Amino acid sequence: MSIKGKAYIMGAYEHPLRDAPDKSTPQLHAECAKGALEDAGLTKDDIDGYFCAGDAPGFGAMSMIDYMGLRNVRHMDSTETGGSSYLLHVGHAAQAIAEGKCSVALVTLAGRPRQNKFFGGGAGKPGQLTDGPPEAGYENIYGGSTHNTYGMCAMRHMYEYGTTSEQLAWIKVAASHHAQYNPNAFLKDVVTVEQVVNSRMISDPLHLLDCCVVTDGGGALIVVSPEVAKTLNRPKVKIMGAGESPKGPMGGRGLDLTHSGAVWSGPIAFGEAGVTPADIKYASIYDSFTITVLMQLEDLGFCEKGQGGKFVADGNLISGVGKLPFNTDGGGLCNNHPTNRGGITKVIEAVRQLRGEAHPKVQVPNCDIALAHGTGGSLGTRHGAATLIMEREA
Amino acid sequence: MTDVQDRPATMTRNIPAPAVTIESKPFWDAATEGKFMIKRCNACGEAHWYPRALCPFCFSDETVWEESPGEGVIYSYSVMHRSPSGPYAIGYVTLNEGPAVLTNFVDVAPDGLSIGQKVKVKFQPTENGPPVPVFAPA
Repeated sequence: MSIKGKAYIMGAYEHPLRDAPDKSTPQLHAECAKGALEDAGLTKDDIDGYFCAGDAPGFGAMSMIDYMGLRNVRHMDSTETGGSSYLLHVGHAAQAIAEGKCSVALVTLAGRPRQNKFFGGGAGKPGQLTDGPPEAGYENIYGGSTHNTYGMCAMRHMYEYGTTSEQLAWIKVAASHHAQYNPNAFLKDVVTVEQVVNSRMISDPLHLLDCCVVTDGGGALIVVSPEVAKTLNRPKVKIMGAGESPKGPMGGRGLDLTHSGAVWSGPIAFGEAGVTPADIKYASIYDSFTITVLMQLEDLGFCEKGQGGKFVADGNLISGVGKLPFNTDGGGLCNNHPTNRGGITKVIEAVRQLRGEAHPKVQVPNCDIALAHGTGGSLGTRHGAATLIMEREA
Repeated sequence: MTDVQDRPATMTRNIPAPAVTIESKPFWDAATEGKFMIKRCNACGEAHWYPRALCPFCFSDETVWEESPGEGVIYSYSVMHRSPSGPYAIGYVTLNEGPAVLTNFVDVAPDGLSIGQKVKVKFQPTENGPPVPVFAPA
């Protein structure tokens, strides 16, 4: 396996300006993208892979994808190695193309170091122009937080589908049933639906117990080649499929707070793995809030859109009780959400389940295929979704 | 926590000065004159939000500023209760022109909002910055 001959550079554009007092940095990124697309004879909607470095304005690649309206992206990479980033990006793009993860990759760089009267960042400084994320001035002033932006998602989901706080509460209840067996869990007490809906309101309609924990800590993973795996004396967890997708308001016309990027990342991962939701014995589902779980379960196809409330009720997510055991470590809702980034613990518990090393009280019998899924950023504004499907190899 | 009922019913919160860029400066200059501007693309005809130099739908650079009456309906909202300055409401308004706008809702009680409710823009002063658009029941 090699990238040799697997990818071609077919568009290139260098911005003509050397002093750009009248254009924002995001605008320069977009103009460079437009120039390269025109050079290649492609359009914006052909782009399905996007690469930028850590200096691009905003949150990873999310802000620039949303600013430029790149609506078909299924591969993202914001590897940062300073000035060499773009060379790495071409190599990474070739790998992604060789593996079928994208077919038209866009790499952009832009900046305005000569405009030193400007400064970066998203905060306003009275009387001065900034050059931060393009959405910052229009959005950051309204007191948005994870709680109230996810609250907006829950509010809209309830409006469209009749989802109730009691149904959302079942997600926390299931997580707490699992957390009682985890000696390291931040919250180990089993809670009831009544306790969740009677906990104090944080941001409508999300109560305190609809929210994940805030914890220090971390995690790590080792991914190896098949050849190395054979030499190691541990159960083998094979990666079967992976999908990713950004989602944002897209010019204010693509806003739908009742679904997440999982509607795109899920089918890519299932397709690559050659399995369906019915094959999944255990699911790690990102649980920053109860609503996060409910939306993602629907979007991944574990139930029909709008039926998530019924699906999670009555203990259906509790291992040994329901049809889809989830977050058997207690998840972010009860166990751990290290440094407010829960993606890695989702993979770790899926590995435990596939190895048969979860707590005996929550271990799923014959757990041969597992899914881990997460969203980062905010479901209420812009986020990146990722789905991973793994299989235990005998 | 102070009870919601002890708070003013208007849900007005102090809003910091917005980050103004060279690209967004015309919007904030117009805001200072009480005008709420959106952008429309002359190539594809679509209005978008937040305003961009290049159209997020067709990538044309023929986007132009257009004054909007700032009328629309609430798409969704959430009232944040865990706030030292009292509850406040964040939400999206679907403008009559089509785009959704993130904003705060003011001049309304915490239990006075609903999805689909008609709202209209107004401007709220900021400290040492341009006034910012917020929405109130129409």
